[in-house]
Amino acid sequence: MSTWAERLDGPVWSRMRDARTVAVAGIVLGIVAALVALPPVTARSPLYPVLFGIAAAVLGLSAALRGARRPGWGAVAAGLLGITLGILATRSSTGNLNLVFTASLIASMFVFSTPLVFGAIAGTFSERSGVVNIGLEGMMLMGAFWGVYGADKGGSWMVGLLVAMLAGGLLALVHAYFAIHLRADQIVGGTAVNFLALGITGYFFFQLYHGQDVPVGVSTIPDMKLPGLEHVHFLNQAFGDLNLMVWLSFALVIVSWLVLFKTAIGLRIRACGEHPRAADTVGINVYAIRYGCVVLSGVLAALGGAYLSIGFGGGAFTDNMTAGRGFIALAAMIFGNWRPFGAFGAALLFGFSTALAYRLPAYSSSAATLFQALPYVLTLIAVAGVIGRTSPPAADGKPYRKQ
Amino acid sequence: MGAPRHDDLVGDAPTVATRLALAHRAGGLAGPVLTTLLAFVVGGLIVLATGANPFSTYRAIFDGSGLNWLFPWVRGADRAFAAGNLQQTLLLTTALLLCGLAVGFAFRSGLFNIGGQGQYLVGSILSVWIGSSLVGMNGPLHILLTIAAATLGGALYAGLAGLLKATVGAHEVITTIMLNWIAVWVGSWLFGDGGALQSHAGGGSFPTSPPVAGSVHLPVFWGSAELQGLDIGFFVALACLVVYALTLSRTALGFEVRAVGFNPEASRYAGMSVARTYVVAMAVAGAFAGLAGAVDVLGWQFSVGVNDIQTSQIGFIAIAVAVLGRNRPLGILLASLLFGALLNGTATRNLDPAVFRPELASNLTLIIQGLVILFVGADVLVLWLWSRRPRRAMAAA
Repeated sequence: MSTWAERLDGPVWSRMRDARTVAVAGIVLGIVAALVALPPVTARSPLYPVLFGIAAAVLGLSAALRGARRPGWGAVAAGLLGITLGILATRSSTGNLNLVFTASLIASMFVFSTPLVFGAIAGTFSERSGVVNIGLEGMMLMGAFWGVYGADKGGSWMVGLLVAMLAGGLLALVHAYFAIHLRADQIVGGTAVNFLALGITGYFFFQLYHGQDVPVGVSTIPDMKLPGLEHVHFLNQAFGDLNLMVWLSFALVIVSWLVLFKTAIGLRIRACGEHPRAADTVGINVYAIRYGCVVLSGVLAALGGAYLSIGFGGGAFTDNMTAGRGFIALAAMIFGNWRPFGAFGAALLFGFSTALAYRLPAYSSSAATLFQALPYVLTLIAVAGVIGRTSPPAADGKPYRKQ
Repeated sequence: MGAPRHDDLVGDAPTVATRLALAHRAGGLAGPVLTTLLAFVVGGLIVLATGANPFSTYRAIFDGSGLNWLFPWVRGADRAFAAGNLQQTLLLTTALLLCGLAVGFAFRSGLFNIGGQGQYLVGSILSVWIGSSLVGMNGPLHILLTIAAATLGGALYAGLAGLLKATVGAHEVITTIMLNWIAVWVGSWLFGDGGALQSHAGGGSFPTSPPVAGSVHLPVFWGSAELQGLDIGFFVALACLVVYALTLSRTALGFEVRAVGFNPEASRYAGMSVARTYVVAMAVAGAFAGLAGAVDVLGWQFSVGVNDIQTSQIGFIAIAVAVLGRNRPLGILLASLLFGALLNGTATRNLDPAVFRPELASNLTLIIQGLVILFVGADVLVLWLWSRRPRRAMAAA
């Protein structure tokens, strides 16, 4: 190990960067290992995925031994996973493969990942400012119901989004008041918020719609047709006809990364989450920042929820519509290490696994059900520190008291 | 100056256990009881806003829970009906009590066990598996084996979260949430179409597990076995409550659990193994929840549907039970009875739609649960009482 390090010249950072590059190349090869066996390449011999997978694992191992542990072991895992998936794919019929792995799989990945992106970014803001938010599920649910209610009564999906944001923000305000002002346990508060949202949405859904469904024909968030893609078959199927909210979720990731890591306000938010006392000392109003971030978190989560009801849900609502998506969003935030792009990547991965799960019945319906557990298993592995360590903001979940 | 000063109560870095201990000292029983009343008042206002009468609504929920059986003047057919309802309420209380102990025991060591639901499901799944296989085995032995497996399964499942907390510091809230959903999907896979434990016998439209053998059904001691009477699982839960109380107050393990809950650093300094305590506390907690799954399956469910797995909320309501009961044995007992009665009293078949729509009432239960957790968890009333106290003292002087 040390000889490897000694042979390399240059400052430490350049060696690290080198190892990281190797690791990233390994991850890419791991993905290729799975892809060669899938359409449009569809290699039928297991030799190709095995070769690519081994190459990925070797690169990953060398990177891991040279210090880039997290991406290195990630590449090893990607290689092994690539081999497994590749071999599985070579054993299945080409007809099934062509049915499951199409460009529209990418489009449906975005469909399933969008609510998770909104939820995960929402959680990132709250937790970066130092307030744990396991009430995401409830805030999304509020957005889902009040979004469809607003769109129904207001006659426009824009009204729906506004009402959803208001409802999510109000519920988040309750969480913020108890977490920041009363310094209550934030996890207890988040649990309560989830119960409240479940009760409130169920109650008003029955009361306002007299036990009926939301009438058909509610204004829904439009899809965005991209002009000029009609001739590029693959890109058109993947990106040509995505919902407005999907594009908004892309923008949200970029904007929140800019805000959190490139602006003064972002620095203040992160300071409140890492060391509120120090932040207070330099004149930052910790309470104001935390209130703002938690309410913003509720607003964003509600947008993700509204996408469920008046986005791809087509203007319908059912009791407990979010069905655990808030918790997957929470998992995506953790998996992404409390960073916008990390959360985005994790949300895409989880969205992809859901999209795949919806198509796997082509092979086996029971396997598709089991597949739904994948995001949770991956997150468990991530927090267990098998592939590197996730590190929450230092003061996450700790109430702050001014002196 | 009259503003609540939480700091006087909990200091700088409160653990859940210190907070709760101080809350006991400050508010005792008054806090939870008043909070519950307050939550019911808020619920009543919501009922009023809907245009129904809150008093007759609560009366109907009370009657639906069967608690009117306790009144000697309820006679004849009403009494028999009330008895049936009360049996249902106590069946729910049994599971809530055991899962409440699961949340409470972990709480006392300073860990927040949100995974009661997952541990309960692991218990259910193992009970269905062992209870439906090994047919022909000696009945009581089969029951013991099933219960032991479910308890152990729950303990291992929760122990995993404890182990991750103790070794790599993974937050137990996150790991238990993930374990909950893993249990949900693994259960749906096992009992669903094409799953390993899918029942091929039943003709129902929803996929479900095979039923457990008739010889492993727990004996019913009150009511009819055909109509889901109250089985001896209720006494198992009460016995566990005694075990919980004695373990915490009379054993070295209980002392360590409470000490670690108060102050992990000081406990470490005193020579206790904090890591070991976390693992053991979670394992004991999971054992209670796993047992709850076994008692439900062998007592009255007999088979578990995919739908049951995905909609079951017992482990989550148990959080409300433990928070409201302040993790004290008597508190958990009373809180589990309250929520058992609320759940059963607002069930569709028990509440008269002419008084209040049961669909609304079951959501009202959720709102009341949320308010109770929010208010008790934040010690709102305790803080208020605390802020009143010096003033009263001054007035007396």
